[in-house]
Amino acid sequence: MSTRTFGEPIKRNEDRRLLTGQALFIDDVELPGMLHAAFLRSQVAHARILKIDVSRALQRPGVVAAYAADDLGDYWKPGPLLVPPPPIAGIVFNQRTQVPLARDKVRHVGEPLAIVIAESRYIAEDALDDIDIELDQLPAVVDLEKGLRAGSALVHDDLGSNVSAHVRQTKGNYAAAAAKADHILKRRFRYEHGISSPIETRGVVAQWDGRANQMTIWDTTQAPVFVRNGLAGILGLNERQVRVIAPFVGGGFGPKIMMFYPEEVLLPWVSMKLNRPIKWIEDRLEHFFATTHERGQIHDAEMALTRDGKILGVKDVFLHDGGAYDPYGLTVPINSQCTLLGPYVVPNYDSTFTQVFTNLTLVTPYRGAGRQHGVFVMERLLDLAAHELNIDRTEIRRRNLIPPGAFPYKQEIIYQDFQPLEYDSGNYEPVLDMALEAIGYQAFKAEQAAARLEGRHLGIGVACYVEGTGIGPYEGAKVHVQSNGKVSVATGIGTQGQGHFTSLAQIAADHLGVAVTDVDVVTGDTDQFYWGAGTFASRGAVVAGNAVNEASKVVRNKALKLASDLFECAEEDLVLEDGKVSIVGIPEKFVMLGDLARQANPMRGAVQPGTEPGLESTQYFGPRMGATANGVHAMIVELDPRTFDLKILKYVVVHDCGTVINPMILAGQIHGGVAQGIGNAFYEKLAFDDQGQLLNASLADYLLPTALEVPRVELGHTVTKSPINPMGTKGAGEAGAIPVGALFAQAIEDALDLKARGVELLEIPLSPSRLFELSRNAP
Amino acid sequence: MDTDDHDITVSVNGVRYQRRVESRLLLSDFLRHDLGLAGTHVGCEHGVCGACTVLLDGEPVRSCLMLAVQAEKREISTVESLAGKDSEFHPLQQAMHDHHGLQCGYCTPGILMTMAAFLEETRSPTEVEVREALSGNLCRCTGYQNIVDAVMSAANRMRG
Repeated sequence: MSTRTFGEPIKRNEDRRLLTGQALFIDDVELPGMLHAAFLRSQVAHARILKIDVSRALQRPGVVAAYAADDLGDYWKPGPLLVPPPPIAGIVFNQRTQVPLARDKVRHVGEPLAIVIAESRYIAEDALDDIDIELDQLPAVVDLEKGLRAGSALVHDDLGSNVSAHVRQTKGNYAAAAAKADHILKRRFRYEHGISSPIETRGVVAQWDGRANQMTIWDTTQAPVFVRNGLAGILGLNERQVRVIAPFVGGGFGPKIMMFYPEEVLLPWVSMKLNRPIKWIEDRLEHFFATTHERGQIHDAEMALTRDGKILGVKDVFLHDGGAYDPYGLTVPINSQCTLLGPYVVPNYDSTFTQVFTNLTLVTPYRGAGRQHGVFVMERLLDLAAHELNIDRTEIRRRNLIPPGAFPYKQEIIYQDFQPLEYDSGNYEPVLDMALEAIGYQAFKAEQAAARLEGRHLGIGVACYVEGTGIGPYEGAKVHVQSNGKVSVATGIGTQGQGHFTSLAQIAADHLGVAVTDVDVVTGDTDQFYWGAGTFASRGAVVAGNAVNEASKVVRNKALKLASDLFECAEEDLVLEDGKVSIVGIPEKFVMLGDLARQANPMRGAVQPGTEPGLESTQYFGPRMGATANGVHAMIVELDPRTFDLKILKYVVVHDCGTVINPMILAGQIHGGVAQGIGNAFYEKLAFDDQGQLLNASLADYLLPTALEVPRVELGHTVTKSPINPMGTKGAGEAGAIPVGALFAQAIEDALDLKARGVELLEIPLSPSRLFELSRNAP
Repeated sequence: MDTDDHDITVSVNGVRYQRRVESRLLLSDFLRHDLGLAGTHVGCEHGVCGACTVLLDGEPVRSCLMLAVQAEKREISTVESLAGKDSEFHPLQQAMHDHHGLQCGYCTPGILMTMAAFLEETRSPTEVEVREALSGNLCRCTGYQNIVDAVMSAANRMRG
């Protein structure tokens, strides 16, 4: 190939539509006769429902319909279990999935009680005030520990406790290792991750076409194929009758893969009842309650070490806030449990968690998906151990890194993809070295001391992590050369800004000798590609990318075969580039790719048995397990010791995600992940009162980082290919976000010299006011 | 229930529109759903995220915090007006493309309009000034770095 684009910072195909305001987002879908939905949501976290009466709402001009749970008849049922519990011996899992509209009880603020359909969104929202409700408020389960005590209020009365799940996983024998340890340290850690808060909220448009017997659903989902299959089942339709389109989606970061949200289940049903298209767009206030969160865990963790800082084992017992229902199974706490092990040799591990039902919004994965929590515990334990054993913080990490010869490295416990956790490949020490070099670790001690003489408080942090990415089951791709010579690539994944229209196009473009701009990628339309799982767990480029790679190779071979028949020459004598196949050394002897496509779909004659028409192939790729990426973040901060104002002076990420398809897109993923990590570490906190009311449900009060808080990020890369997929790629979507909390705690402690004052930062998020609280009682 | 309707005349992207609207109709909804100019995006509807920013007589405003009736006899520019007649990019659009200044693209129209107005006033901004000017627009995907680079580069190009 003359112009290889794979690995190059190719500018994005999708930009023009986005930059000129021509991309179709969910609220841009306008249909003739379209109605609008609004939801009446519970304003209390826990209550018995005594009455819901929508009759007054129906009298308001412009209101077309209104429904409460009892109006749904047989359609009312709890949603499916999206992710079943993994096959772990002794596991307890109590399945309680969300319902379309609350009946009998409400279990979190924002749970829908009724839906109103009207001629405009304004009228639909007006009519919510006309609905008469009576609720008998109950004490709310908010605190994880109190929720497990005898006598606590119960989120699900029939369960008899608030235990959603209980899981223990072990590796080796921690107790035996601890008995031989020189040093054991134990702490309690609290880590809260917030909400993904994409700038576009969720939305659904459902259009039942009674004449065509066809349902079309536009949905801000990350997993259109699963939504299609699930909704067809729930609605009693054939899958072929349902088309789900995830148009341009304005950021997802995890919560947009949760299914089924009540709105997704209700709009299609109402559309069938009324035979009218219906739109619902979540407003920002609703988003704070009605879109899933990630939230918190409490870890009681201990680490056993030798006196020279070698980890002998880790024991961890943690509570995980699952929210009011558990349709997403155990993905988040399992990720915490597995990712805690990090890039280190931990010969003995004993980890137990309890997932607790609370009267709060459901918890499902948000970028990092529990990995942050585990990484925070491990990295903080190492910082504390380094301090107590008088070893440098980076040196203790280096001593425990898994050596390059130890891969594939088996961790023995079960991961979120139900496979035994195994790191496919890695070379960790060079990544640490590059990060230390880039941040200037050696010189920093002197800089810090010099700054202190000027009254400035500087601190440094260095944190390591691994990220399980690119899990199965599979994705597919259809690659098709059209008669105009342009290439179409269709996959089943959704896209929310990851650049799939370009990175997937690069893969096809190289194989087929066309320009990236001549490859038209379609994602997220179930009528364009029928099969797939979705965009989550940093898997798009790995799993769908490899499917595009395989399909492109087949199409390339088909084109060469056709041309060799045409020219009566060997395929080896042909070259495919610039959109045409020519004979090596005779450039004037060529056939355009589009002409080959036309010839492969003839108007007359017979297509030979055993062959297929068209220049097209559909291929699937399913990795046997995930690919493990890794990285190191390093940061220098300055803190004002009176106001605790924080300024990031330097931020470095060195990262290894295997083969890179497009380094520009990869850098963007890292930048954005770091920004979300910074929000999580220092700005974003969901503040609930003891009755489960969220006290800061606006973007004026829940603080997303702005351009003033997010620094320039310096990037470095190493490449250790994954051996488990042909392209050697690993995912990168979550890497930027994962270790930032651990990094902040470490760097702030260092800047304020908190250890010397007996203060340890064992929680995230931090903030100026929280630092003030923690340090004011210090000596 | 009677609605409180008003006849308004508004110029948007150089086109004069006469419409009857309810007094409570948000300018953002008017632009998006009455005029079909859906490039202006709505992120929070409480004036924080900046996605819905448009220019009102050349000044950036949040269209979710204004009513359509308040735009009576005013001139509005939206993202749809930025590119030239032959759809060639505005220097800011070109720079955002060149520097990978957008990912999901949802916040992008508001950022383009805010920064287009900023660059009209501030021909040679420093990075700190760009970050300050950008700080009223939330982006959840990019970490802002590439947007800042794009704005600096556009400023350079616009100075010629």
